[in-house]
Amino acid sequence: MDTASQALDGVRVVDLTRHVAGPFCTKLLADYGADVIKIEQPGRGDPARWIGPFAGDIPHPERSGLFLHLNTNKRSLTLNLNCDTGRAILLKLIGSADILVENFRAGTMASLGLDYPRLAMLNPALVMTSISNFGQSGPYRDWRASELVLYAMGHEMWGTGAPDAEPASMANKLNLHLAGQAACAATLCVYFGAQLSGSGQHIDLSIMETLAAAPDRRGVALVAYQYCGDRMRRQPAVQGIDPPPFLNSCADGLFEITVGINRWDDFVRAVGEEWIRDPAFRPPLRERAASERFNRHWVPWCMARTKHELFARFQAGGLPCAPLNTVADLVNDEQLMQREFFVPINHPVAGPITYPGAPFKMKEAPFAIRRPAPTLGQHNAEILGELGYGATDLAALSAAAVI
Amino acid sequence: MSLPLKGIRIIDLGVVAAIPYSTMMLADMGAEVIRVETTQVFPNQTRGVLARPSREMVKHWITTSGGYPGRDPGERPWNRYPFFNYMARNKLGMTVDLRKPSGKEVFARLVRISDAIMENNTPSSLERMGITYEWLCGIKPDIVFVRLSSFGQTGPFRDYRAFGLQTESYCGHDLLRRYRDRDPSHNSWAVSSDHAGGLSAAIGCLMALIRRRRTGRGELVDVSMVESFLNDIGHIVMDFTMNGRVQESLGNRDPDAVQGVYRCRGDDRWVAITIATDEHWRGFSDAAGNPPWCDDPRFTTVAGRIRDQDALDPLIESWTLQREHREAAAILQSHGVPAGPVMDDADAYADPHLNARGFFVALSQADCGTHLYPGPACKLSATPIQMRLPPVRLGEHNEYIYKTLLGYSDEEYRALEAEGHIGTDYAAHVP
Repeated sequence: MDTASQALDGVRVVDLTRHVAGPFCTKLLADYGADVIKIEQPGRGDPARWIGPFAGDIPHPERSGLFLHLNTNKRSLTLNLNCDTGRAILLKLIGSADILVENFRAGTMASLGLDYPRLAMLNPALVMTSISNFGQSGPYRDWRASELVLYAMGHEMWGTGAPDAEPASMANKLNLHLAGQAACAATLCVYFGAQLSGSGQHIDLSIMETLAAAPDRRGVALVAYQYCGDRMRRQPAVQGIDPPPFLNSCADGLFEITVGINRWDDFVRAVGEEWIRDPAFRPPLRERAASERFNRHWVPWCMARTKHELFARFQAGGLPCAPLNTVADLVNDEQLMQREFFVPINHPVAGPITYPGAPFKMKEAPFAIRRPAPTLGQHNAEILGELGYGATDLAALSAAAVI
Repeated sequence: MSLPLKGIRIIDLGVVAAIPYSTMMLADMGAEVIRVETTQVFPNQTRGVLARPSREMVKHWITTSGGYPGRDPGERPWNRYPFFNYMARNKLGMTVDLRKPSGKEVFARLVRISDAIMENNTPSSLERMGITYEWLCGIKPDIVFVRLSSFGQTGPFRDYRAFGLQTESYCGHDLLRRYRDRDPSHNSWAVSSDHAGGLSAAIGCLMALIRRRRTGRGELVDVSMVESFLNDIGHIVMDFTMNGRVQESLGNRDPDAVQGVYRCRGDDRWVAITIATDEHWRGFSDAAGNPPWCDDPRFTTVAGRIRDQDALDPLIESWTLQREHREAAAILQSHGVPAGPVMDDADAYADPHLNARGFFVALSQADCGTHLYPGPACKLSATPIQMRLPPVRLGEHNEYIYKTLLGYSDEEYRALEAEGHIGTDYAAHVP
């Protein structure tokens, strides 16, 4: 029994994805043990190589933080899919693969002669995952999209933000990553079934639909609309009357806390100062003067403490409270450090950099970084060698611009 | 051919959003998911904010918690709660009080015939009842135990209290998505870390099941919502670790494109537009009838447009304001420009694309009636995902699970019922 191995040891993945959602899907497979062969366009490679931020702010296809993060543990093979020889090599790889993931524009695979029915004849157990903006069918199939457009059309954007301002976004590229996770989960489900039945399937995943089914408000809001006819709306900023406010400034930033009548005594104990015992502060607040008096004490009290001191103090007192962290806070965070979340990875061009580590921990078969993201075509000789191509073949393929 | 996860039985101890969403996905794919709940304690935010809110109370609550059918909590509000019902299809439901030894015995019987257990309670809460990975392995040595929480199962903050809102702040998301000129309190609540964590839990569960098939061994999967989320903004994390830069919120903008949502004709109508390339810009100019400002030298290059977006935005909006949001998007798309209407909840149900793809599914549930629900996010070619069961009601499948699956006799069933384990209503003392 290979008890020391990773979960997806022995799983072979042909990766025709680029940009964000597809590569994140295959990164998750690679980080937990799958052998992922990333097929890139000769010369230019994955367009994500050209998207910042870049290490040292030097734009270079081997220095993109976006690409470096999304492509750990993969091997890169450059292959020109517009020529017969290139497609023949791809078909050899697909013949022995368990999983194929692609996120070309809908219809591209068919135009290359690589549609699922044809690939299934070659490899009946193959699981093929197609990730696209709007899916493989429907009136928007060929529409152009960006993350913002998909979010606006699919997710709860209309109900997000302030009523006197435009609908608001989430963090840049977050939704594309979520779609990549959804694709990974679907791929593994179908692979699990295909292992047993010997028959693969084609998965058609639409990014718009992953957002329209999001547990982050949208899916729920759609059900609520069916139930009661009300749309989710942009709400004014919550400014409760009772102290303390939800959002507060402190010595080094902001923190939020939820108290209310049920937790008022816990709150008084956690603050532990004489002034907080003023019975006029107890919610529901009856007089404006009490609110002003509260703030005269509370604001300087908070400003004398850091968000992490306040977080620890109120959490110890059983109150839901959180600092509004920045990435700088998180990289130095006590909890994340103790769990050894961040991982150092040395890349031949970009150098040593700290990366986000395991999205989840597996006790017996953990996440592991076996190699950094590949340089463009780094594994051409290795992968083609495994297919039986020798050094002279490689030179010929290179001369013919196949690789 | 059967659904991919047919034959896999998963115990769902999930609360609120992350695990219930995760188990719904696995149930859609064919797993037999059994929700284990109790009638003795109300799971706040899972089956409602309160067990029995009045009609008057819910009238002004936001739709996700107050949007009961017809804004009426009804006789059994816990079976009518939109937040719960969205994630409850294709599941079976039983009730048992795990705090009592007799309840733990029932649970042990269920564990013996299950493949995986998924939960997202505060880590210590199951442990206080003696439900640990070690205890489970003693009953079922190859069990897969998936545990999700805000901060993970280890470390100094493991038992800190955090719901989705606190986790969002902690993850940095509140600062990354605020309006560029306002503090974060002006933006809506969001729980994208529940989405990220729920998907991680499903992925971890599947990987463990795949490995179990190969090695015969079980697994403990520890999902931190914070750590999942940070993977979803890896490029922002790495801008700091590479360059020491703490990225500010971009609002609706993008570092590599001119992008925004622009007001359209009508009440609160908007269109999202992204102009990333010169090709997009030419398309926009053609769509807008080549107005003179499109030839303004400030806007002729990608870099120039991004630099002068503040000047460009009102000009773009002068065009969108004359059009309805769907119309504006369709015109721009016909010129090759990425654009789409900002769709409210009503727009989504009316959307020709989602309808053409059969995204919405009709489900009939005894306490709610028949409604359309958002369906699965992907389509399978050989075994289309079926809606086998509507949103599960509290204790709906007690008879089947206790008697058929676990082998309890009628007499034992009645005894467990008398002890408060079995029921379809929350106990009278539950708030």
